[in-house]
Amino acid sequence: MSLQVVTANRLRDGRVIYLDAADGWSTDVAAARLCEDEAAATAALAIAAAAVAARRVVEPYLIAVERADGAVSPTRYRPVRYREVIRAFGPSIAAGTAAKET
Amino acid sequence: MYRYDEFDQRLVDQRVAQFRDQVARRLSGELTEDEFKPLRLMNGLYLQLHAYMLRVAIPYGTLSSRQLHQLAHIARRYDRGFAHFTTRQNIQYNWPRLEDTPDILAELASVEMHAIQTSGNCIRNTTADQYAGVAADEVEDPRIHAEVIRQWSTLHPEFSFLPRKFKIAVTGAQHDRAAIRVHDIGLVIRRDANANVGFEVVVGGGLGRTPMVGKTIREFLPKQYLLSYLEAILRVYNQLGRRDNKYKARVKILVHETGVEEFTEMVETEWRHIRDGAIDLPAEEVARIRAYFAAPDYQTLSAAPPEYTAKLAADPTFADWVRTNIAAHKVPGYAIVNISLKPIGGIPGDATADQMDAIADLAALYSDREIRVTHEQNLVLPYVRQTDLYLLWQELRRQGLATANLNLISDIIACPGLDYCALANARSIPVAQQISERFADLKRQHDIGELRLKISGCINACGHHHVGNIGILGVDRRGEEYYQITLGGTPDEQAAIGTIVGPAFASDQVVDAVETIVDTYVGQRQDGELFIDTYRRIGNAPFKESLYGNH
Repeated sequence: MSLQVVTANRLRDGRVIYLDAADGWSTDVAAARLCEDEAAATAALAIAAAAVAARRVVEPYLIAVERADGAVSPTRYRPVRYREVIRAFGPSIAAGTAAKET
Repeated sequence: MYRYDEFDQRLVDQRVAQFRDQVARRLSGELTEDEFKPLRLMNGLYLQLHAYMLRVAIPYGTLSSRQLHQLAHIARRYDRGFAHFTTRQNIQYNWPRLEDTPDILAELASVEMHAIQTSGNCIRNTTADQYAGVAADEVEDPRIHAEVIRQWSTLHPEFSFLPRKFKIAVTGAQHDRAAIRVHDIGLVIRRDANANVGFEVVVGGGLGRTPMVGKTIREFLPKQYLLSYLEAILRVYNQLGRRDNKYKARVKILVHETGVEEFTEMVETEWRHIRDGAIDLPAEEVARIRAYFAAPDYQTLSAAPPEYTAKLAADPTFADWVRTNIAAHKVPGYAIVNISLKPIGGIPGDATADQMDAIADLAALYSDREIRVTHEQNLVLPYVRQTDLYLLWQELRRQGLATANLNLISDIIACPGLDYCALANARSIPVAQQISERFADLKRQHDIGELRLKISGCINACGHHHVGNIGILGVDRRGEEYYQITLGGTPDEQAAIGTIVGPAFASDQVVDAVETIVDTYVGQRQDGELFIDTYRRIGNAPFKESLYGNH
């Protein structure tokens, strides 16, 4: 099974967030909790479901990540699908990138 | 411009209070996301890739300076200092916070604006020709009828849960600048043989997964029957439109599957039942609305005054801008000014808060405090004196708003694409930027001539690619962004859906492909032919040959 992390949007402001190792949520994909097998992924989704019930996040789901090679990536792990790369690092265009906040 | 009456204002204020309560209940946990989502969508609040997105309605694309200043203020205070004008003449904010949204809606309501019916399966913002009231070839100002439709369709209880969304566009001119034939209903104001004014009624146009050009179901509808006839169409659609399949739910599918004749007969039958009832507006109410759209106090001016023509002769850059971005006004000595929101390498349709403020100020100085939004994602100042054009142009230049490219290859429609949109399969904006950079030389663009290039990041076709002379559709092919090219589409009175030219191109090939297509046209064109003329004469084959012949 590929490496996975749980992502969602924060309820209050809609920002992209990732479940971290301390059961908290981070806007930084590099801080995401890595799920290396099915059991870990299931457990992470259960924590996310509790965060939905606690009104912290909306629409959580698993995404595949891969180990980033070399210095091109700002983090050790990055999403596999480019849709998730754009979610993780912001719009690929100037207006969005310049304004990217964490 | 139309001003809210007490009913309009009360309705919008009540909606703000209602939504404030709904947001509070969502944040307190009283409402789940499943319960809240339809409520936020009814107020134009989507959840996109990076954040919420708020789509604000701009009825028939008409704004006052005061409203545009307020939109700038909202961009600055609640967003990231910019916003995006859309192909439905609306404006979108890309980064609002849920908790701020009630305040944003209250700020909008204070300038007679809202985000109602900018989402959901209801009648959306009615769009109109951006040259309404000033076009030389106009029968009547479409905004009057668009406003009547706005009032009728706002919170219409029978049409709030249609099978799918429903879009209406109106033009009063012979040349269609509002793409009315690719709307669910398109209305063209016409005169009959006795010079009576009425509407040609076109139904079942649309883009998306199944693009279709609308069919005329009535050549001439006397204008007093506008609402009863629209109501008849909506009733037939509401009853028979497919609710079992989202992709077959638009009225275009119903018209197509039923057949135009049978569909028309059903509409006419329904109309006969309701046409002399209470739906159509009394003439005095239409007159009351018409009065809001009275022309400004035009001065008596001579056309092309010497101080203006002298500037044209002395400054070729100004002359280039006038040649592309100024349209003929119906009143001598006046001009219609198009402000391109497509700077070379820029993001189509985006404007910063500072630019919005500057345009609002310029409209107050030079255009009777009025601005129009075009479906091609540009802005228009409708009432500018020719003698003011040079000063205005200099001011626009200072703001980076004087790009002389209207209807040229860099005047690209592009949807937000995968940089922002949760539905997209591929990015649109970077492709638009690269094409714009490739053809940055305005002299070359002028030589190529009118060419409508439109880009969508998914099959939903918000970027109108089907009706681009060159259309580009982003697709996801095994995890890579690819771009499919169509040729020969047109959005106007000769509306046509483009034809796919061949296999899709990888993202690093698509700009070269566009250049190959343009070079093929330039090599094949005869005197005076626009791209679309040459395409219609020679068809897809020569383009296919130059794109794929060597492979």
